[in-house]
Amino acid sequence: MNEKPDMEAIYIPSEDVVAREIADEVIIVPLVSGIADMEDELYTLNETGQAIWKKLDGERRLKDVVKELSDEYEAAGGEIEEDVVGLVQELLERKILIGK
Amino acid sequence: MKSYSQRVAYSQAVQRSGFSLPYGRLDVELTERCNNNCLHCYINRPAGDIEAIRRELSTEEIQDILRQAASLGFLSVRLTGGEPLLREDFEEIYLYARKQGLKVILFTNATLISDRLAELFERIPPLDMIEVTVYGMSKESYEQVTRNPGSFDAARRGIDLLLAKKIPFIVKGTVLPPNKGELDDFEAWASGIPWMEKQPGYALFLDLRCRRDSEKKNRMIKKMRLSPEEGVKILERSENYLKKMQEFCSKFMGPPGDALFTCGAGVGGGTVDACGVLLPCMMLRHPDCVYDLHDGSLKDALDNFFPALRSMKSQNPDYLSRCARCFLKGLCEQCPGKSWIEHGSLDTPVEYLCLAAHAQAGNLGLIREGERAWEVEDWEARIHGFSERKVPPE
Repeated sequence: MNEKPDMEAIYIPSEDVVAREIADEVIIVPLVSGIADMEDELYTLNETGQAIWKKLDGERRLKDVVKELSDEYEAAGGEIEEDVVGLVQELLERKILIGK
Repeated sequence: MKSYSQRVAYSQAVQRSGFSLPYGRLDVELTERCNNNCLHCYINRPAGDIEAIRRELSTEEIQDILRQAASLGFLSVRLTGGEPLLREDFEEIYLYARKQGLKVILFTNATLISDRLAELFERIPPLDMIEVTVYGMSKESYEQVTRNPGSFDAARRGIDLLLAKKIPFIVKGTVLPPNKGELDDFEAWASGIPWMEKQPGYALFLDLRCRRDSEKKNRMIKKMRLSPEEGVKILERSENYLKKMQEFCSKFMGPPGDALFTCGAGVGGGTVDACGVLLPCMMLRHPDCVYDLHDGSLKDALDNFFPALRSMKSQNPDYLSRCARCFLKGLCEQCPGKSWIEHGSLDTPVEYLCLAAHAQAGNLGLIREGERAWEVEDWEARIHGFSERKVPPE
């Protein structure tokens, strides 16, 4: 497993994927081979994942994303940070996100 | 551990509950030109046809259409022709489509698949099977169809490149006099292609010229058409044919009434022809049924023009007394597109297709010899009886 994401870092979608928003849903389409295992696969995000993804705009540090989401959503302490870190880690492993 | 993303196949993404897509796949004919000159082709023009080249969309125009499609939420685009790889800007168009996040389905004869293209497909995969039409199993039979010397070797070279680079593809055939004795060999060879999960599909009941541009070619196509009985024999080659037909007939049969459009033409997609005109489907090019994208937008065509078109009803007494009342609707290829290419109208019964549907229905025991299906009153009972029939295992 990769190291924990850096809360001071800015993470952006890799150039090897294309993120699309269709019918209010985020789908991530691999551009190059090696992102998904099967030739016809793409990625979808659950509701939490989508809320976080929309904040990863290349301007916000990860800790800013956590703060903004904490202001917007009611959640138990630490849960939002856990979700943000969890999503970013997952997407880093899948080469969908990279550090700016 | 919690997970926030899920890997899904494209087909699953469009079918998940709560995720409804208004648009699906856009077909784009990049060109009507082809480097082959197949006997039976419904569209081909010579590769060097100056007039055809002049009328083709520019790279930028095609990219604009792809951009419109992506912004509307289309998931995939099918690039076809003629032979789409004939376009010098094919790579540019392909990359643009993929960078819009579109899946690309490519229809090709494979003769123009080069090392460079194969490397491109390996590096940036289309995300769906490339579909290669194969015209014969020998140089002799293949080139009798394509009338292009060297095309057999070129196609095999292209296919070998796809295999070597492990680029997923399937093959399919068109049954014609030069190759119809080769189906066993074709299917045996096709079964060795790693991505062929089932038998190859065949174009059986040949279409006439879609632009209604050559009576001479139409006469040739008609001469080569399989008889309905020959067509049925080839359909029966399909694994578990009877079981599949039982399931099919239980869902898709029944008189269509006076509605002209009972298919998916113009629903959530269409075909952009080589000149930038959007068709409800590849066959239907009647001037009243198409939308020039130069004068409007993809969205307007799909949301306004095509729904209005689909509300049309037949006025032809012949159609109303036959096709509108016929329960073989699911088996029969009769549609406005086929009527257009055969007769230049939208609702004239096509005799060849009627015979083909009746031959299939007779073979399945749905009608008796000499019966005209539109006169059958107990069709629901017949469908039910057929669907319930015990089918011996193959």
